[in-house]
Amino acid sequence: MERTTIDLWVGIFAAAGAAALFGLALKVGNFNSATMGETYSVTGAFENIGSLKPRAPVKSAGVVVGRVDNIRFDPETYEALVTVKVDKRYPFPKDTFANIYTAGLLGEQYIGLEAGGDEKMLQNGDKFSKTQDAVVLEKMISQFLYSKASESNDTKEAD
Amino acid sequence: MNDNIVEIDNLSFGYKNRLLHKGINMKFPRGKVVAIMGGSGSGKTTLLRLIGGQLRPVGGEVRVTGQVVHKQNRKGLQALRRKMGMLFQQGALFTDLSVYENVAFPIREHTDLPESMIRDLVMMKLNAVGLRGARDLQATELSGGMARRVALARAVALDPSIVMYDEPFAGLDPISMAVTCNLIRRLNDALGATSIIVTHDVQEVFAFADYVYFVADGVVAAEGAPEELRKSVLPFVHQFVHGEVDGPVPFHYAAPDYRQDILRSPNV
Amino acid sequence: MFSAVANVLRGIGHRVVDNLWRFGASMRFFLYVLIYSGESFRRLHLTIREIYFTGVLSLIIILVSAFFVGMVLALQGYNTLQRYGSSEAIGVLVALSLVRELGPVVTALLFAGRAGTAITAEIGLMKATEQLSAMEMMAVSPVARVVAPRFWAGVFSMPLLAALFSMVGVLGGYLVAVPLIGVDAGAFWSQMQASVDFREDIVNGVIKSVVFGIACTFIALFEGFDAPPTAEGVSRATTRTVVNSSLAVLGLDFVMTSFMIVA
Repeated sequence: MERTTIDLWVGIFAAAGAAALFGLALKVGNFNSATMGETYSVTGAFENIGSLKPRAPVKSAGVVVGRVDNIRFDPETYEALVTVKVDKRYPFPKDTFANIYTAGLLGEQYIGLEAGGDEKMLQNGDKFSKTQDAVVLEKMISQFLYSKASESNDTKEAD
Repeated sequence: MNDNIVEIDNLSFGYKNRLLHKGINMKFPRGKVVAIMGGSGSGKTTLLRLIGGQLRPVGGEVRVTGQVVHKQNRKGLQALRRKMGMLFQQGALFTDLSVYENVAFPIREHTDLPESMIRDLVMMKLNAVGLRGARDLQATELSGGMARRVALARAVALDPSIVMYDEPFAGLDPISMAVTCNLIRRLNDALGATSIIVTHDVQEVFAFADYVYFVADGVVAAEGAPEELRKSVLPFVHQFVHGEVDGPVPFHYAAPDYRQDILRSPNV
Repeated sequence: MFSAVANVLRGIGHRVVDNLWRFGASMRFFLYVLIYSGESFRRLHLTIREIYFTGVLSLIIILVSAFFVGMVLALQGYNTLQRYGSSEAIGVLVALSLVRELGPVVTALLFAGRAGTAITAEIGLMKATEQLSAMEMMAVSPVARVVAPRFWAGVFSMPLLAALFSMVGVLGGYLVAVPLIGVDAGAFWSQMQASVDFREDIVNGVIKSVVFGIACTFIALFEGFDAPPTAEGVSRATTRTVVNSSLAVLGLDFVMTSFMIVA
């Protein structure tokens, strides 16, 4: 076969392969949100993070603004230290509230940010001053049962 | 300067513990056509591979232009091989290339000549073997004799000073055979090269070789110019030259006594 | 009795030594291929020619298989997912299975069958017809001229083929899920995009296919180069190429997947 024909076919093949890779990245995958460009990281201490995992989304007003970078255990305070990376385009005030929420009743857990009113903005390496732990379903149920039980006891005593 | 371009000195070679060559001595003077003859399996082709450095001898040495082949490093071996051209038994043309590209292959690999000059060289070599008209054919489209001639053109593409032929006449019709004989002699004289021909076709080689070695049982059994050998009274040479069935070279492969062999029951 | 046991043991020992020897030989061969690789880049047209034979000529079988695999995945996935009322997740299922596993693995298996056998048979025949010997006698290294270009062509082609496989598979899945079954097109794509991670899924898939490319092409080349120069030897080598490549691909896939999931 002619060398030019071979070159042409190989060119088509390489272009198609590259297009498929791009297609996978853009159309099938979340290349857009994964490459958030520049980020800054902020750490928060939680008493209980439930089943939060690295790479879980960080949302504010329902919009993904960052991702959980890593989760460590602090052996001195016995708390979980969660570092999140937030897109540089979205600065948050110093007193931003970090909560661990669950998507739906049994869905994956994510961090929700509620902006405070501070003039100063969070910088790279800062800490969230206010955090709220994950709601653990078992705890809630046992609390509920306990309060029900004590309620009925109360009514008995009142009789 | 030594007058022998290739010298084989007390060479031994073998696989495992069976020695194929047991101390072979040969000399190949410049500009001559020398034939190595012997029965099938006498290690003739292996000798060519030893000269080309594709195999390492067990003992002794092969010297090409005074240099010991098996003591060369990769570079030295490449340099020696560039002085050699080899015609393989079935031609060994590259089946994915055309006739033209096959002949151009060694030129492209070893020189940076411009395309026009490569073309001239290839045409010259193909013309010498009478196949200039077949240049656009694929190697797979050639008959055996044509393939052998193209391979010859390729072997001499870089004007080697040693050309080795491995069974150049095997399986050729009488016309191709005559053509090939003629070509070998003409190319040898035109290039001023030394030709080493491995073969068992006695009559063809005797017609044009300058010197002949007979190899048997791992040693040189006889040597000399064709006329001398034709008159030789050595039983081995006589048998070989005249193609007799039995003689010093037995018809039978070494085997136990026939009668005993037959009478032996199979389950022993 | 004792001699029977000894014979069995000797047989095992012989096979172990044999295989170890072959493995060592293959590693030395691999080293040679790497050392002589410069040639295949300096004379790129040699490699491009091989990309045509290994990559372009494998396209048809890869694309057709991908299309059917994608369609079957969608059908099977829908069947299961709708029981849990989450048939929109079908896009995720199709895309993740293709990008993470089926794309690289099935492509590599098909590649071994289509291109690998061709490489082994070609090199085996070149050896049997003394073409490699002839090249050596012309002071041209067969590893540099014949083996290295084929190696790099295979390593280059495999990830592209795998990417095409995944992409066409997703399209096949889309055609079954959306027009045929009636899953919402928006949900199909958006759920897929939300769950398929670029780094974790797509890049890992590409890494896998590069490794498979190295393994499959190398095995094909080694078996061809190592084949006894007879018709039987070449045919056996071709069979070994398919068997060894498939085992290597599946084994490597397990190892790599476990590392990727843990990391």
